[in-house]
Amino acid sequence: MAVAQNQQNVPISSGPSWVSRAVGAQSKTQTNKALWGYVFSLPWIIGLLVFWGGPIIASLYFGFTEYGITSAPKWVGLANYTKAFTADNLFWTSLGRTFTFAALYVPVAIVGALLLAVMLNQKLVGTNIYRTIFFVPHLIPAVALAVVWTYLLQPTLGPVNAFLRDLGVENPPAWFTARDTALYSVTMINIWAAVGGNTMLIFLAGLQGVPQELYDAASIDGGGVWAKFRHVTLPLLTPTIFFNLVLAVIGALKVFTTAWVATGGGPSYATWFFALHIYNQAFLYFKMGYGSALAWVLAAILIVFTAFQVVTSRRWVHYEGA
Amino acid sequence: MAQMTAQQPVSYRLTPGRTVLYLVVLGLCVLFGFPLFWTLMSSFKTPSEMAAFPPVIIPNVFQWANYNNVLFIPRIPVMIWVMNSTIVVTLTTLGTLITASVVAYSFARFDYRGRDALFMITLATMMLPAEVTLIPQFILFYKLGWINTLKPLWVPAWFGGGAFAIFLMRQFFLSLPRDLDEAALIDGAGYFRIFWSILLPLCKPILATLGIITLIGSWSDFIGPLIYLNSPSKFTVSVGLQFFNNSPEVGGEPLQHLLMAACILSMIPTIALFFLGQRYFVQGIVMSGIKG
Repeated sequence: MAVAQNQQNVPISSGPSWVSRAVGAQSKTQTNKALWGYVFSLPWIIGLLVFWGGPIIASLYFGFTEYGITSAPKWVGLANYTKAFTADNLFWTSLGRTFTFAALYVPVAIVGALLLAVMLNQKLVGTNIYRTIFFVPHLIPAVALAVVWTYLLQPTLGPVNAFLRDLGVENPPAWFTARDTALYSVTMINIWAAVGGNTMLIFLAGLQGVPQELYDAASIDGGGVWAKFRHVTLPLLTPTIFFNLVLAVIGALKVFTTAWVATGGGPSYATWFFALHIYNQAFLYFKMGYGSALAWVLAAILIVFTAFQVVTSRRWVHYEGA
Repeated sequence: MAQMTAQQPVSYRLTPGRTVLYLVVLGLCVLFGFPLFWTLMSSFKTPSEMAAFPPVIIPNVFQWANYNNVLFIPRIPVMIWVMNSTIVVTLTTLGTLITASVVAYSFARFDYRGRDALFMITLATMMLPAEVTLIPQFILFYKLGWINTLKPLWVPAWFGGGAFAIFLMRQFFLSLPRDLDEAALIDGAGYFRIFWSILLPLCKPILATLGIITLIGSWSDFIGPLIYLNSPSKFTVSVGLQFFNNSPEVGGEPLQHLLMAACILSMIPTIALFFLGQRYFVQGIVMSGIKG
């Protein structure tokens, strides 16, 4: 914070006002103030250039090169992208796994979080305690989450299968360790951790913003519980649903840590998500060029999905007073 | 959270419908609470209780020594991981709080050419997935010789702390009356002094919010440490935990009970912080949902 000492005598050579024009100010005081504005935003301007702008351009360029980090990047044109779409079996596998995960995770997490929020909004005794219990899983670091569930779902010694056997299930699932259940198990633990988290809190805040008068009016019109939910709560909640939906889709398409720790992408690539594929190519095989190309494919997918949601949202998102 | 419920009088009416609702809520509490309860119990077990069939839920005798032993396992330096994580989390949070508030002050209080464009670019960075910048950033830190050091994990936080932090702080600065600045300016205070002595003290609630969110995010971060750190003595708790998970035995001794204790240790900071700062934390989440 060394700037503090010499702030009174900022170097402005008064006369020519090209400095003023350059910073968009009219008077000397304004120019002085504008220059201070630049000084204070300087850390972020540097940060943007070094950690965002530079890397984005570099990454676009690397996507068209073969680059093994120790040697210089070699221009290969579209070869990385062609390889991804035509010659890399795991590319399509990993995209398929990621979309399956998202198709299961997003609806369950959103509807589940909404149901939990509605439940917590029913003026029950002890609501604060329930909300905290629902929220705590969201605070568990993803690695610990995966480790804990690996033990809970351990096929022979784990308490979940012990419970299922007590219920009379003869062959309880092998969860993470079997090819046909691993993907669902990873999806399940992600939903478990997320459903009572931020999404639910945002819904709860949205629910508490619905004016009581509207419910009263609906009651006078003879509306039952479902009618009130369908015609009062849900329309007023659409902006919140939209916000949560966009975040959930982005989060789902980037799923990495839980799968990496619990299954390592296996068994036999059953949980080989796209982010795992990028990680392996870039940081295990040090194919920085191919990894960058894959990262841009992911970015393109995220942009297309988000844009699609924004465009279609005009049909169903209801903004009060808009 | 206190505020959120203040408007909500509790109802003691018990109709059949509400009875069912209570049962469902209690069932959900078990569903969300049991895994943590089981982990906590397992962290007090002996190795044989950990491997028992059928599984033991509550240990016969609570092995409190597990929490001492977990810090001193040969080749699994949990104590060092906790120290590394503490360093990273402290420097990341400090850097974010200091630089995000300075940059936000600039966005909220100064007029200069390019400010609005800069702010739009800032918001745009929130849309781009981190995966895109990850590889070039890795190469940058590789060229700087920072691989297998903690620097790549905290140095970027000192350059504005990211779009979300700047956005959150800017919105708060905009809510503070400009009369404060003007009065101080007339009294001869410089812009930095106005920021440091007048506005920043008023920002304590939002700094608490941002601090808690940053701290939890930094403590739980996995991809960063996974990419940049490769020797166990440099690990943070999250990558360390994964390393431990992959080597559950040392010299033939099963260590699963200690792994469970390490899991609990890794959760304590985030959960404790949530309880200490619930009000600030929840406000931040809700603000991001409503204004974001």
